[in-house]
Amino acid sequence: MTHIPVLDRYREGNSLIHRLDPRVKLILTLAFIVAVTALPPGAWSSYLLCLLPVLVAVGLAGLNPVLVLRRSLVAIPFTLAALTLVFTKEGTAVATIELARWSVSATYEGIVAFVTILVKAWLSVLTATVLVSTTPFSDLVAALRTLRIPKVIVSVVSFMYRYVFVIGEEALRLHRAREARSANPTGSAGGSLLWRSRVLGGMIGSLFLRSYERSERIYAAMLSRGFDGNIRAMRMGALGLSDSLIIAASLAYLLAMLLLSHVQRAG
Amino acid sequence: MVSISAESARHPEYSTDLHGSLEEQHGPVIALTGVSFSYPDGRRALDNVNLVVRAREKVALVGPNGAGKSTLLLHLNGILRGRGAVAIMGNELGDGNLGLVRSQVGMVFQHPDDQLFSPTVFEDVAFGPLHMNLDDDEVHRRVSWALAQVGMEGFENRMPHHLSLGEKKRIAIATVLAMQPAILALDEPSGELDPRARRGLIRLLGSLPQTMLVATHDMRLVDELLPRTVVLDGGRVVADGPTQSILSDTVLLDRHGLEPP
Ligand SMILES: Nc1ncnc2c1ncn2[C@@H]1O[C@H](COP(=O)(O)OP(=O)(O)O)[C@@H](O)[C@H]1O
Ligand SMILES: [Mg+2]
Repeated sequence: MTHIPVLDRYREGNSLIHRLDPRVKLILTLAFIVAVTALPPGAWSSYLLCLLPVLVAVGLAGLNPVLVLRRSLVAIPFTLAALTLVFTKEGTAVATIELARWSVSATYEGIVAFVTILVKAWLSVLTATVLVSTTPFSDLVAALRTLRIPKVIVSVVSFMYRYVFVIGEEALRLHRAREARSANPTGSAGGSLLWRSRVLGGMIGSLFLRSYERSERIYAAMLSRGFDGNIRAMRMGALGLSDSLIIAASLAYLLAMLLLSHVQRAG
Repeated sequence: MVSISAESARHPEYSTDLHGSLEEQHGPVIALTGVSFSYPDGRRALDNVNLVVRAREKVALVGPNGAGKSTLLLHLNGILRGRGAVAIMGNELGDGNLGLVRSQVGMVFQHPDDQLFSPTVFEDVAFGPLHMNLDDDEVHRRVSWALAQVGMEGFENRMPHHLSLGEKKRIAIATVLAMQPAILALDEPSGELDPRARRGLIRLLGSLPQTMLVATHDMRLVDELLPRTVVLDGGRVVADGPTQSILSDTVLLDRHGLEPP
């Protein structure tokens, strides 16, 4: 069987972090990301205070720090879109580039704004990485469901996770079939660019058709087991006292940090 | 997730008294009368099919590709509805009783990846019972019981995409057993399995008490497991009788693209 390991983030474990109720972890992660987003630009010490609990969590969960770091960098390329801020933000110029009759200046404020976005994005993805590395996806879906996220959205997430593997493997098979047909006697595999793009188009079309047909069969399987348009799921037990305490303490920490950083900035 | 002790999983209420109602079922369990069906593109897949199956009968549905076997199975619980009448446990299928009929007919699809659509095995097996409005404790009991029936205890937290095809097929069967249906409708249950998984599956099917209608190409499975055979070709029932006499009629088999075991 073919596997797509990159999509399997969860690492088996029995640490404190692994055992924490998925709802608690989800709430904390979301609260953390909101707090990080709300921090003022250039509040470097606050960013460090944010990093600290995440590092502790990585340590407690026994995750491989190098692996976590590598995964947390996935969002960095997207933040490069904010690079223009360096030149467009008003403020004290620190460097000026002259291009014929044009000149653009990098401003101090612009650089701060850009690095802030970089750091915030990284912190957010880092936390999410810890969450998905220590929580089985099915638990996350169940947690989303109990946190009153609309059922349709939760179901879409759940189906996506289930079938991304199946469709991914279908794509792999189609790809191999293409590779097998594209070897030529000169030894260089590949075929012409035109041929390749035509095959790719066909592959996408055929994947779409297969997925569409599959969705009809899945729907029939759901109907056969009594599905009537109303998604039902098992109830999760109430959160325990310790769970509530952990949430309260963490929210207090984040709130205090937010207040402090904004007061500092005003002062 | 709460785990149920083996003791409660084997509670007599859930094992021996599987279908008390079945014993009292006098008339046919499945009755198709003049069923015809065309797909929206106009292709006629069933043509005036008549079929009566009695309690605890185990019936093979054989025929070449495109004969209409899958289409026929989908009529048993109203996923497809054509002309003619379908009655399950004496109730004629209609808008009012689809829910009831779907809990009585356990439909096992050909590809387990279509049947197993949840992130974990537990959630998949729990899906049917949950949609029968059973309470959470009962759902837990049904899941443990059904997984035990197919020899897959302890697989609750596994993800379907990490399972072998043989394991997936067993769990697909568990997803309908958890609803405690009186009838099992299976589409190509042994297809694509390696010999060992196939043997295990045949043994499993042989151990189940339900009335069975099995669409298959696997003539050895038919020979071993299913005393009655219905041959379908071009959407019509072309033969219906004891498996032994049908399997020895080489002319009939040959004419309909089948091979003796
Ligand atoms: N979704 C569909 N749309 C249109 N035609 C279909 C569809 N499914 C099956 N058919 C056609 O109906 C006929 C019977 O198909 P099917 O019941 O799948 O046969 P079997 O299971 O015996 O191989 C075939 O001719 C097939 O091409
Ligand atoms: Mg078929």
